[in-house]
Order: sequence, then C-alpha cells, then structure tokens
Amino acid sequence: MSDTPRLVVGPFNRVEGDLEVQLDLADGKVVSAQVNAPLYRGFERMLEGRAPSDALTLTPRICGICSISQSAAAARALAAATGVMPTPQGAAMAALIHAVENASDHLFHFNLFFMPDFTRPCYAGRGWYERAVDRFAAINGAAGRAAIAARTDLMHILGLMAGKWPHTLALQPGGVTRAPGPRDKLRIETALRQFRKYLERDVFGGALEDFCALDSPAALMGWTGGDVGLFLEIAADTDLAAMGRGAGRYLSFGAYELAEGHGFAPGLWRAGRRGPVDQAAIIEDPSHAWMLGGAAHPFKGQTTPDETMRETAYTWCKAPRLGGEPVEVGALARQIVDGHPLAVALAGGGVLARVAGRLLELARTQILMEHWAREIDTEAVFMRTAALPETASGAGLVEAARGALGHWVRIEGGKIASYQIIAPTTWNFSPRDAQGVPGPLETALVGAPVAEGEDTPVAVQHIVRSFDPCMVCTVH
Amino acid sequence: MNILWLQAAGCGGCTMSALCAEAPDFLETLSGAGLEFLWHPALSLQSGAEVAALLAAVERGETPLDILAVEGAIARGPLGTGRFQMVSGTGRSMLDWVRALAPMAQHVVGIGTCATYGGVTSAGGNPSDAVGLSYDGAHPGGVLSADFRARAGLPVVNVSGCPTHPGWVAETLMLIAAGRLAEKDLDPLGRPLFYAQHLIHHGCPKNEYYEYKASAVTLSDHGCMMEHLGCVGTQAVGDCNIRPWNGEGSCTRGGYPCIACTAPEFEEPGHPFTETPKVAGIPVGLPSDMPKAWFMALASLSKAATPERLAKNAVAPRVAVTPTIRKPKGHR
Repeated sequence: MSDTPRLVVGPFNRVEGDLEVQLDLADGKVVSAQVNAPLYRGFERMLEGRAPSDALTLTPRICGICSISQSAAAARALAAATGVMPTPQGAAMAALIHAVENASDHLFHFNLFFMPDFTRPCYAGRGWYERAVDRFAAINGAAGRAAIAARTDLMHILGLMAGKWPHTLALQPGGVTRAPGPRDKLRIETALRQFRKYLERDVFGGALEDFCALDSPAALMGWTGGDVGLFLEIAADTDLAAMGRGAGRYLSFGAYELAEGHGFAPGLWRAGRRGPVDQAAIIEDPSHAWMLGGAAHPFKGQTTPDETMRETAYTWCKAPRLGGEPVEVGALARQIVDGHPLAVALAGGGVLARVAGRLLELARTQILMEHWAREIDTEAVFMRTAALPETASGAGLVEAARGALGHWVRIEGGKIASYQIIAPTTWNFSPRDAQGVPGPLETALVGAPVAEGEDTPVAVQHIVRSFDPCMVCTVH
Repeated sequence: MNILWLQAAGCGGCTMSALCAEAPDFLETLSGAGLEFLWHPALSLQSGAEVAALLAAVERGETPLDILAVEGAIARGPLGTGRFQMVSGTGRSMLDWVRALAPMAQHVVGIGTCATYGGVTSAGGNPSDAVGLSYDGAHPGGVLSADFRARAGLPVVNVSGCPTHPGWVAETLMLIAAGRLAEKDLDPLGRPLFYAQHLIHHGCPKNEYYEYKASAVTLSDHGCMMEHLGCVGTQAVGDCNIRPWNGEGSCTRGGYPCIACTAPEFEEPGHPFTETPKVAGIPVGLPSDMPKAWFMALASLSKAATPERLAKNAVAPRVAVTPTIRKPKGHR
C-alpha cells in the first residue's frame, strides 16, 4: 500500500462559483475528502441594520442562478414576520415564476454542467462517445445549444411576469407586483406549450407523463428516448449508480407552498421513511469553518469571519446539521420526500440517482407549471400589502433547484437585527462538524476511483457535479 | 479574438443573463463576431489542473490574451490578503490573479456592477473589502490603478448593470472585436455609451403617469413609482425600456422600481430601495438635467391637471379606466 498522497483539485468549473476539493488517496481510491468553499462575501452582515424590505433587493443577488429562490425565501421570511401571507393567486404566480427558474436550472445543469464531462478524451472509444460529443461537447454541443434556446424562450414568462431574470423584485411578501391579464395568461401557456414540445422531443424523447410513470430503477434504465436515453446508456456503461452514493438522509422544506398544499411535500427522509422536519433542530456548526462563534440555530446564529483563517478550519462554509446529522438536499431529496416511487427506489443512490431525480423533477415541474398557468384567474388580486412590525421574526423555508433554502430574519426597531441563510449547497458541501462527521459530498467522495496520473479525477468531477453545487450561495 | 472570463466575488448572474441573448443566442453571436472563449467558468470543459495551467500560460505571455472579462467584484480582505476569494487549486487569490492577468490582456472588460464599481458585493459595511476593477464605487482606482490602460490602449470597459442586459455584454464584446470601441464611446464612468446614453425613463410604459405625477402608492399599482416607491428611472442610465429583457420585460414593466443598478454605489441608496426619501413631503432627487424650480413648478401644475383616468389607474393593479376614444371627423 502506498502512502496516502494528497490531491488538491481546482479550479472547479461548470458549478456555479468555484470550489476546491482535497483528496487523500490510497490504492487508487479516495479515502478522505475535504471540501473548501473558497469565496466569502458576507451578505448576512450587509443586511444588518437595513430596512427589512431591502432583503428583497439584496438577497436575490447572492446568486445569479437561483436568484428567484432567494427572493422567494426572503419574501416568505418577511411574510412570516408580518403574519400576512400572499393572496392565493399571488402565491400561485410566485410558484410559477419560481418553477420557471428551477426548471431552467435543471435543464442547464444536465446539458451544460454535468454531461460535458462524458466528452472527455478519457472516454474516447466507448460506444456512445461520438454521440456524447455531438450532443454535449462544451460550448458547441447540439444539446447545449438547444437547451440555451429553450431556456431563453421559457424565460419569456419571467420577462412578462417578473420584469427580468435574474434579480427581480416581483416576489413580495403579499404576492407578486404584476397582475396578469387574459393575453398574459395565453402567452404563458404558449411558452409552456413550446417548452413541453422541446422537452418531449430533445430531452426525454417521449411523453413527460410516461417518464413520470417510471417506478423502478429497472424501468428507468429501460428508457431509451432522447438525451435522457443517452445519459442512461452512459450511466449503465460507467456504473454511475455505484459512484458517489449518499447516506440515505434527505431533507426537503417542501416546494411551492400554496393554500391547497405543496407542489412537492416537505419532510425528512431517514432510515427508509418520511417524517416531519423539526425546524428547531437545525443548527450551524462553525467548528471547521473560518467563522467565529459556536454552533447555533439560525435565529441565534452569527456570521463573523475568522480573518486569521485558522489552521484547524478549511472552508468559509459552516456545517448545518438537522438533529445533529448531515442531510442531503436537492431534486432527488425532494422527489424521495414527496414519495415518488422511482425516487424512493433510488434513495441512497449516487450520481445516477441524483441526475435521474433531477430529470424526474424537470418533467414533473413542467406538469405543475401547466396546471398553475391553467388556473390563473385574470380577475384576481395578486398582491396585498402589510406594514412590517417594529419587532418580529420569521423564517422563509423554500426549495431552490438545488435543495432546501432557509432565511431566518429578526427585526428589531424596524430594522434587520439579524439575517441568517442556509443554502442548499451549504448542506451538501458542508465541512466536518465538531464531532468530525463529514458533510454529504465529503462522504460521497470516499471510494471514488482515481486512475494513475489523474490530477483532476473524472469520477470526482462526476460526483461533485451530480450535486449541482451552487458555490456562490453556499457561503453567500 | 479569445476571451478569458473570470468569476470573481459576485453571483454569476451576468453570465446567466448573457445566456438569455436572442436572435441569435449568446454563443452564436460571439462566434459570428470572431470571438471564442479561451475559458469560461460556466461553459468550458477544462477543469482543475488544466485551468491552472491555462492561467499560468497567459500570465507568462505564452498564450496571447485578447479580452479579459471579469464578472464579480474583487475581494481584498481579510486584512488586504485577498483570501476571501482564493482561486482554488492555485493557492493564489483572485485579487492576485486579476492583477497578474490584466496587464497581459489587449482589453479588460468589467461585466456587471460588481466588477466595475464593487456593486452589491461591497454593500453594507463591505464585509469582504471588495472593489471594482478600476473603480471603488464612484472613485477612480480599484484593484487596478485609475490610469490603468489595457495593452490596446483603452481603460477598463465598464459594462455595468445588476445583472447586465445580454445585449450590453454581447454588443460591447462585438464592438471590441470589430475595433469599433474607442475611449470616446465610453461615458465618464467607463460605460459604453450605446446603452449608457439612454435613461431607464426612455420608453418606460409609465411615462404618461410620470407626466401627470399620477403616482403608485404600493408595488403592483400601475402609476409612476418615482414619488413614493424609490424609482430613479429618470436618473439611471440604460436602455432597459427601449429594448426589454427576457422578451418584453423591464423592472418598471414588472411593477417594481428602477434602482439604478447600472450606477456606482447603487447598493447604498441611503434609504430603503423601494421607498422614495422625502423632505417635508417632497421627494428628494430630480430627473436628470432638470432644474429644481422648473421641476417643482411643472410637477404641481401637472398634478393639478391629472386626468381622472390616470388618477384612478395609478393606484390600481390593472387599467381601470380606458382612454376615451375620439371619433374621427371623417366624411363617411
């Protein structure tokens, strides 16, 4: 057995932002991993002392890819603080606006961020390689170009209803700032009809309902249509199912909260079954982050960077824990928690499960968006207003494309006294906690194969990107 | 021409916005103009050691660089080290890399208000001590000196905006590729005049409300948002309402105010973003180039003359009263 050489991998692209992974290797495998989120901006500190409504302008700018998710969380946190919830149609329109972003993110992740790695020369000679290059080559691949065009057209819904993307102010605690009329509704439905055509022609190569009806990994692997079929062929050949397996604990705050219930249900999946989420049991542990202070619930937490960057820490990311444990978040988590049979059967899975969970959710999200569009009432009230109290607190718990996103705000004297954010990749790319328990990615990387001479191991890249990390959100 | 694109301390939203370009799409637009990415963090295949080698080759002058595009502010903290943003795998800060690479480029382009002036990354107490490439807010001199000139002779080209409109980025890069962007084509803050010579007010669908000072009281009202809701579209540069966003959008079309995101220090307006500061009930802030006395006189006059249609529609979420149709005095 060789001594354990250490590999430092970075810069990491086709993730939103940058990350560095330190790998200890033995016998051609990763035996231990440390994940470093290398950017600190300090949004939580920027918000202190400001008018609470400023959170609606500033927090979307944490992230240019999940901007609306940040809006939604801020709006929900302020709504909770005022005790005034959005009008029913305002909430449904906010859900539609949010879903457009989430669907766009899933689409980009698959086509632009994840799949191009299969066009690397190390795969030349595989039966699918030429097709992978044709579809997924970085910048020039046909599938990537088609995804960019399809997303652009889908986002016309955002131009219409949210002014622009990213960084809209359309989502407010009481609803949305623009009330659609009959022709807006038709435009939205038209954009969705076109997006479905694209998804069924290019991405799935079949009806979305048929893909959503898949109920087992065997049925999934039998799907041959579209780029999804190509992905599954590649996944079978490269054994992506076994690569980067998760610990089987999944959290979802519940996506698209409406009066009639969530679009995708909230819950904690643990030991093979779903239970409720105990929000009070969430803490952030800064023991291995360049942050000062102790472990605390986000209503009591602080973000004070350790400017000495002490040796015992290795990232700007705090370690969130639920009931003392790390949890995985994301599309797969949401679909498992929501009880979709295919996702449940994939629980505990690796790269294949995460990507399949995302594709499943893309199909299901399209169906949800079509439903909300049909239900738009062009006579309804889309926003109500309410004065913020001088002293209040509230949590905004939503689901970004990449998983559970929480904003916790405390208002004192009419100003923000404290604002804490836990983003999806904060959970997934968490460092070790005070007990030394690694975060979900750090755990998933253990066992990843590293071939002789690989300085940026391709398996590590597949595993990292299977989480669809958003590093700018992670530390914020 | 090749482009090396770096994402510094920002949100990545200017890239995400650029990819919304239309007719043709962003990548097609660039390739048609003879532009290609040497490396782009969201798009390129190369990762890890390949990228570190690529950056080093540019730094050593082995790989000629035409355009260095930087998105995001540059973090100088903690304690001046730049270590709030390390470029992973290289052991060096983004601050260090930008200072090393900028002198190698024929052109340096700041993409977005963070890269140009510091932007939202420098909001609040500026926790990461972030600045723009050649500006610290509105003050010349950022991580590059105020008199910095890229090899081809231009100062940093500041494509500000939060985010940038896809057209601003695409057209700036195309103008550079065509050799058609000179210093006279930039405004005094380094912004390309083709979009910075316009105001957000130009083409704003709320113009008629503005003319009569028929004001929205809450977000989602139809009226002009200048008097109560913090809109500074009459002062902010940009052609957002001339060529809209994502099909047919803009901030004011979406029912919320312009916050002058193309301007240095927009992140610190000194009041809540969506509230207009007032002195003795009179809004602070004048439309660009408008003498105060005239504005006051015109405002009070036009307010008195507000048609009932506008007064009602201004505080409604939908058009409540439609324009009176004047029948043609034709011969039929």
